[in-house]
Amino acid sequence: MRYTLFLYSNEAEFAALKPEEMEQAMSMYSAYIDALKEAGVFVDTDWLKPSATATRLSVKDGERRVQDGPYADTKEQLGGYFVIEAPNLDAAMAWAEKCPAAHYGIVEIRPSNMSDGAKG
Amino acid sequence: MTAAALAQLDDGAPPDRRLSLMFVCAHPAIDSSVRTPLMLQTVLGLDASDIATVFLVPSSAMAQRLVRAKRKIKDARIPFDVPDRSVLASRIDDVLEAIYGAHAFERLGRRKGDEDLSDEALFLSDIALRLLPEEPEPLGLGALLSFEAARRSAAIDDDGVLTPISEQDVGQWDEGHLQRGDALLARAHVLRRPGRFQIEAAIQSAHCDRRRTGRTDWPAIVQLYEGLLALAPTVGAAVARAAAVGEAYGAEAGLKALETIDPETAERFQPALATRAHLLSVRGDNTEARRVYDAAIALTTDAPSRRFLEQRRDRLRD
Repeated sequence: MRYTLFLYSNEAEFAALKPEEMEQAMSMYSAYIDALKEAGVFVDTDWLKPSATATRLSVKDGERRVQDGPYADTKEQLGGYFVIEAPNLDAAMAWAEKCPAAHYGIVEIRPSNMSDGAKG
Repeated sequence: MTAAALAQLDDGAPPDRRLSLMFVCAHPAIDSSVRTPLMLQTVLGLDASDIATVFLVPSSAMAQRLVRAKRKIKDARIPFDVPDRSVLASRIDDVLEAIYGAHAFERLGRRKGDEDLSDEALFLSDIALRLLPEEPEPLGLGALLSFEAARRSAAIDDDGVLTPISEQDVGQWDEGHLQRGDALLARAHVLRRPGRFQIEAAIQSAHCDRRRTGRTDWPAIVQLYEGLLALAPTVGAAVARAAAVGEAYGAEAGLKALETIDPETAERFQPALATRAHLLSVRGDNTEARRVYDAAIALTTDAPSRRFLEQRRDRLRD
């Protein structure tokens, strides 16, 4: 079964990182991706640009409404995600715990509503 | 770091100061998750960035945590002293736990020969046991870490697969570390005050005796686990005991021993699942064993352990 791990953290802190700190963070994520792939549980990942680059779009009464910025203005922002294959929540949690974001932010774990094997 | 090199280390700083520092780092008011990093930084001078990588935290976050902890020590005026006799035993426990935290942390992507922070843990435990000569548990921890250091090369094979202690090639065990472990354990024994680390070291010692006797004394190990459980009842120890019971008295007995663990806990605890799968396979229930191996594998993020479980599972025929 598919789970998506949404990574939330404070972007301002991330933006303030020195180059060698940034490098260290990148290599940690690299190692995490390698571990997920090696275990055969990796499905997908993305690292998103900061929330200031977000655009919101909706259609109301037939008219398109576009707004600048993310959905919610919160202390932690969505910075990226991982999609993994896991048979149950405990397994998904075991991997979420190894995600670097869990140690400086929050990882939201959401199960997929699409049946086993269904790909997007 | 060899046992001989360890014995020859010249410390520089006055011994008392470093012990006081360790007690400060492991003070109850310090968050337990920062005690180990704090000790590594302040006593051993490790870089916050190196500590951060092992603990899976960005270096900026680790640096921040360390700064906060040190600020707390200053603001709350945590005393820079070896604690009073009356609280020494429990405070020593906190120090030893923090030291063990350096050794026991499972880093992602570990390979054969990886040293991680085991040497640092050994060094810290050596300081503790030399400066607290009347205390048995520092000796116990020192022994435990020595036995584990001795087996480091044999723990993961060339293909990156975990090898259980009872199957390791004793020829790859380091004799220097083993002798140090046995010597420390003997010294602890004389003090006649059993404790968690002494018992865990005794269990390791029993395993390592296989190099002399050619076999593992499983009934002795069962007894030692029972002693450990009486002192520090944990699910981990209960599972390990059940595994030893299985080896000593047969799969049926082992499976029964596993049943003493609350089923809801057991089905989410990776070691319990791995042990159960193995015992089921010994009993010949291969289909069920494979299902339980799958459940264990799903919870296993450590690659060498996972490969080991996959290997065991794939060997089973219906």
